[in-house]
Amino acid sequence: MRRILFALPFAAIGAGALAIHLPDPAAPTWSEEDLSLVRSLSLDALPPVPADPSNRVADDPRAAALGRSIFFDTRFSSNGKVACATCHLPDRQFQDDRALSKGVSETSRRAMPIAGMAHSPFLFWDGRKDSFWSQALGPLESAVEHGGDRTQYAHVIGAHYAEAYVEVFGPLPDLDVLPARAGPVADPAAATAWEGMARSDREAVNLVFANVGKAIAAFERTIAPPETRFDLWVASREFPGPGLLTTEEIAGLRVFLGAGGCINCHGGPLLSDGHFHNTGVPAVPGLPEDRGRETGALLVREDPFNCLGPYSDAKPADCAELRFMAPAGAEMLRAFKTPSLRGAASRPPYMHAGQIPDLERVIAHYVAAPEAPAGQSELRPLTLDHTQRQELAAFLGALDPLP
Amino acid sequence: MPNLPTRRAILAGIPLALVATTVSAGLFSQDIPENLDLALRRPTDAHHYTVAIGPVEPEVRIGRMHAWTLALADRRGRPIDTARIAIDGRMPQHGHGLPSAPAVTQALGDGQFLIEGMKFNMHGWWEIDLAIDGPAGADTVSFNLVL
Repeated sequence: MRRILFALPFAAIGAGALAIHLPDPAAPTWSEEDLSLVRSLSLDALPPVPADPSNRVADDPRAAALGRSIFFDTRFSSNGKVACATCHLPDRQFQDDRALSKGVSETSRRAMPIAGMAHSPFLFWDGRKDSFWSQALGPLESAVEHGGDRTQYAHVIGAHYAEAYVEVFGPLPDLDVLPARAGPVADPAAATAWEGMARSDREAVNLVFANVGKAIAAFERTIAPPETRFDLWVASREFPGPGLLTTEEIAGLRVFLGAGGCINCHGGPLLSDGHFHNTGVPAVPGLPEDRGRETGALLVREDPFNCLGPYSDAKPADCAELRFMAPAGAEMLRAFKTPSLRGAASRPPYMHAGQIPDLERVIAHYVAAPEAPAGQSELRPLTLDHTQRQELAAFLGALDPLP
Repeated sequence: MPNLPTRRAILAGIPLALVATTVSAGLFSQDIPENLDLALRRPTDAHHYTVAIGPVEPEVRIGRMHAWTLALADRRGRPIDTARIAIDGRMPQHGHGLPSAPAVTQALGDGQFLIEGMKFNMHGWWEIDLAIDGPAGADTVSFNLVL
């Protein structure tokens, strides 16, 4: 029955073509398997946001409201000028258009968009975090991002968010006895103050810090990928014929699935496999060596804020991604997380440190498949002519959010 | 702990998995070899054992961590309950391994073992490699899977 329904538009198009001129012998044909693959890329195929057993307030609207306030609050920084939203701008797909993001000073990576990332088992370009809430804690303590520390943030919660915090998480510890600035951070004075605190005080502060992350995560889980022209086309009566997508964009989709091999890593409704690949992206002169997932896999295992740690609400059985995580082997050297291609066309520059300025050169990179600066690139050179490259770029444009 | 499947459910799941792997080639799968042996039950390389593997839930979803079961028997078909089993895998055409590190986490009895942590992050041809150290000695076996 489904086959007949799909055949009907073809028959109509065919009849129209006959009336004017002979049918185009080059008109593409789609197998049932191809069509089901295309549908698997549509937002309609995206399941609901998966539960996060490690965050008991993940779906609590009060936690999301608190997290939203924190997300935009620059008091959570050493200089009072940096919030999550500084690098994750809501009107720019929650990223900042910069090659290297700038918090209290310049970082060595590109900010990642947030939409749909609640589906991702590992966060950051190197996957050094295994939950949204744990991810949110990283930049807060980074010397170049928010630049602050754990007791500073606990004091901000106590001074400005106590009521909302207590409602969601229960009582705050006695904050008056805590140093103004203390945490296991790069700042020597704060680090020394942290070492001087009683273990029980440190644990109490860690709990507040983890809860800040859990509130931010509850907010971020509500950020869904916006609908695109591609999604509307897949759901349209014309599909898989031209309509909401042009003939050129549809040809680009075929390159995406076939000769380009893009779907190998950019599959599923988020157009990302959520995994880590070495694609031979050049190193940036002047930046520290970046070993990618090889380092990230070690860090996430040791992280006290991971799924198996004392601040997680999960049972060990809920932590399959961490328990059965691929080890930090040679294959993971300079492997970086596959970004979603939703909205990618309108957010240059590309790659984990913004190494490639535009889509044309991204496609040229995949065609050329250069050797990796370290480790082994998974890419093999492609044979794509000028037209195919243009078609592919045109298709990627159809993955942009609707205006 | 995942719900443990009945033996019947496991056996029923294997033919379904096979059906899913034999659909006709489209745009994407044009370069997968046509003559791959897709049997999920086979003797080990030195014929010490017979091994059958299959996903607990018949539909294998790309990118989702899930469990498989393994049935181990000696060369006469008698179930073996004690063996050390290591699991590895790769995509022969892509030069990379599994995105996770699956492991046998439980002997279920009657020659059945539970494998947790299986994940495939791409469509295409996967190879699953098992190393088995049991009463008849060490042996290996590989299975092909097309997703």
